[in-house]
Amino acid sequence: MTRKQRRLTLIAGGLAVLGTALGLVLFAMRDTIVFFRSPADITAMNIAPGTRMRLGGLVKEGSIARPGGQTIHFVVTDGAGDIAVRYTGLLPDLFREGQGVVTEGVLAPDGSFAADSVLAKHDENYMPREVADALKEKGLWQHAESGGDAATVTQ
Amino acid sequence: MIVEIGHYALTLALGLSVVQCVLPFWGARVRDPALMAVAAPAALGAFAAIAIAFAALTCAYIVSDFSVVNVVENSHSMKPFLYKISGVWGNHEGSMLLWVCILTLFGGVVALTRNSLPERLKALTLSVQASVTIAFLLFILFTSNPFARAVPAPFEGRDLNPLLQDVGLAVHPPLLYLGYVGFSISFAFAIAALIDGRIDAVWARAVRPWTLTAWVFLTLGISMGSYWAYYELGWGGWWFWDPVENASFMPWLAGTALIHSTVVMEKRDALKVWTILLAILTFSLSLIGTFLVRSGVLTSVHAFATDPERGTFILIILMIFIGGSLALFAWRAPMLRQGGIFAPISREGALVLNNLLLSTACATVFIGTLYPLALEGLTGGKISVGPPYFEMTFLPIAMPLIAIMPLGQTLAWKRGNLLGAAQRLMAAFALALALALVVLAVTRGGPVLALLGVGLGFFALFGSLSEIVTRSWSRGMPLSTAWRRARGLPRSAWGTAIAHAGIGVTVLGIAATAWGVESLAVVKPGETISAGHYALRLDGVTPYTAPTYRANVARFSVFRGGVPTGTLEAEKRLYTPRGMATTEAGLMTRGLGQLYVGLGEEDPTGGIGVRLYWKPFVLLIWIGTLVTAFGGGLSLTDRQLRIGAPARAKARRAQPGDGQADALATS
Repeated sequence: MTRKQRRLTLIAGGLAVLGTALGLVLFAMRDTIVFFRSPADITAMNIAPGTRMRLGGLVKEGSIARPGGQTIHFVVTDGAGDIAVRYTGLLPDLFREGQGVVTEGVLAPDGSFAADSVLAKHDENYMPREVADALKEKGLWQHAESGGDAATVTQ
Repeated sequence: MIVEIGHYALTLALGLSVVQCVLPFWGARVRDPALMAVAAPAALGAFAAIAIAFAALTCAYIVSDFSVVNVVENSHSMKPFLYKISGVWGNHEGSMLLWVCILTLFGGVVALTRNSLPERLKALTLSVQASVTIAFLLFILFTSNPFARAVPAPFEGRDLNPLLQDVGLAVHPPLLYLGYVGFSISFAFAIAALIDGRIDAVWARAVRPWTLTAWVFLTLGISMGSYWAYYELGWGGWWFWDPVENASFMPWLAGTALIHSTVVMEKRDALKVWTILLAILTFSLSLIGTFLVRSGVLTSVHAFATDPERGTFILIILMIFIGGSLALFAWRAPMLRQGGIFAPISREGALVLNNLLLSTACATVFIGTLYPLALEGLTGGKISVGPPYFEMTFLPIAMPLIAIMPLGQTLAWKRGNLLGAAQRLMAAFALALALALVVLAVTRGGPVLALLGVGLGFFALFGSLSEIVTRSWSRGMPLSTAWRRARGLPRSAWGTAIAHAGIGVTVLGIAATAWGVESLAVVKPGETISAGHYALRLDGVTPYTAPTYRANVARFSVFRGGVPTGTLEAEKRLYTPRGMATTEAGLMTRGLGQLYVGLGEEDPTGGIGVRLYWKPFVLLIWIGTLVTAFGGGLSLTDRQLRIGAPARAKARRAQPGDGQADALATS
């Protein structure tokens, strides 16, 4: 192999790998990205059922219900809108009414939200940043100085 | 008083770092040996000062000095002694102090090495390292002073975040930082080489042990963190592709590429400019990692305290160092003498492919981690990039990488024989294929990807070890001779084989997760829950009280096929100082698999939510990383890497029986 051929092999190999990776990234970006929405966004934007997303807000006071087993129903609110959420599984240790929560799942045809993971704060002061921002927009924000650990519970 | 000494020592360290940065740099410019010689004592002084500051803070924690804000916020007088100490770095201020402490520790060790390192290179390296120290000391002193006083001092502290009160988390940050910060040495060497305008095999030999040391610690740190998340966060996962995890994984990928490219540079005097760039990028990724973790710009499952002002400060440090070093690279790199170009089918060719794949994999992780941030900055849209993205982009790059790993190891330097190498790996390949088929038969199916993973893991494992076998044994040779020859192989050869084999073991553990089973139920005392071959009976829930928490302990009897095999306990704790609940998972190890029990809340009828997993061979994940780190450590003890022994290294390389080395010796 001449020097030129060697160099060409090297460059071609590099481009092939990079090209493949770029293709993979673009393909994955199209399919796997999940948007963060607040309850008000969902009611306002008319999102198609079956769309995967993250829903964040406060767990509405008095909304937690346990119809049996490990299933739990609760309502996520941001003051401007409410979305009923269903979830089956263990909840994070600090999941409580009136506290911030982020859930990930799919919007059902009846407008409720079937969550398959619940990410809640793991410290009394921690608020997921998206929730804090969303609440600030809605004027519901009270306080949050320091943070702590949040934890996801995935089903 | 002790606290003031600590604060003073920190300021003193800043002064010493300025000296360490400026004088040797000037000395290197005007070629004044006296000025250059200032670097070593200044580096040692800066380390001593920061060590004193660190000791002072530790002391405040041990005696529970609640006149210090940091202690109030993260400690409690009744906390166990070990967590009083680990509490020092279980918070933002203290962990940044640990960060600079390790930074100056590395500087001090470089200063102490008596070796063949050129005087100018050493002076410049220490000078560059000091500039990093200065930036982070300013950051600590201005935005995160761990010695700030609380007036009036409260009687009791607020306790350390209970999740961090754990042995795993006591050792995880120091290990991780030894890795992160260790790359600052490679970075400093790279910048020094750019300033000096000279780069050669001596440089590569000098920088390689540091990179390898940092890499070994980073491997251990990531592995420890993963195991901690697995058993402490209570939902049984060991890797989430979370931004904070990616933040440590990116420097690891780049660092892995770096240790391989320095080998090429050392042996073949090639890939020089690339190696310099990689050294800069690796430390830049460490800095980005620190920024991501410390600024809280990303929502993470492991998010720590956040403060926008601190985030901005770190961002400025980040821009200065990354921007500055890349600009310097762009300016000086064309002036460096380029290395030779070489045949694609050769050890160095394989290492180039390794570098290409590792850096591409690193780039995909980087894009996935930072894209949400960029998008929010540009459009305000909030998105999250989750595991599906990383599985789709990272795995297709990582799997071929692992598959060619044994091949690269088998190829000779300069001109490799692909067919010959493939033949030498036939046995390993056949064995891996056979074992994958056995797994297929035993499990009667399973996800294709997992079976592929099993085959890949076995191939990597046997392929890596076959390198040792084929180098020391040939047909008809008595085993004793083969053993003697195997023992005579350089430690770096053993290190490589073992480290690569460890990767294979980890892949096997990851693949085995596909056969895990889980079940979820509300269980009352006397009832059972089962997963796989195991059934667990809840014997009862008993409360107990510890100094800083109240706990409910659920006791289970474990049965396998109706036969009792032991008991298992899982806890739900409520830490009273913070009013924070945590779950302590119950673990039972059976062979290499684990039974894992997480508790949910109690329901009004007296039942308790239980999540039970059976995770076969899950321990292989961490055993593999330990083996890999051990391999790295073993390479580190190779004579060739011991700085100051180039003559002996040459003699060693000419030893008979060392195929690749022979090729090199005759070149």
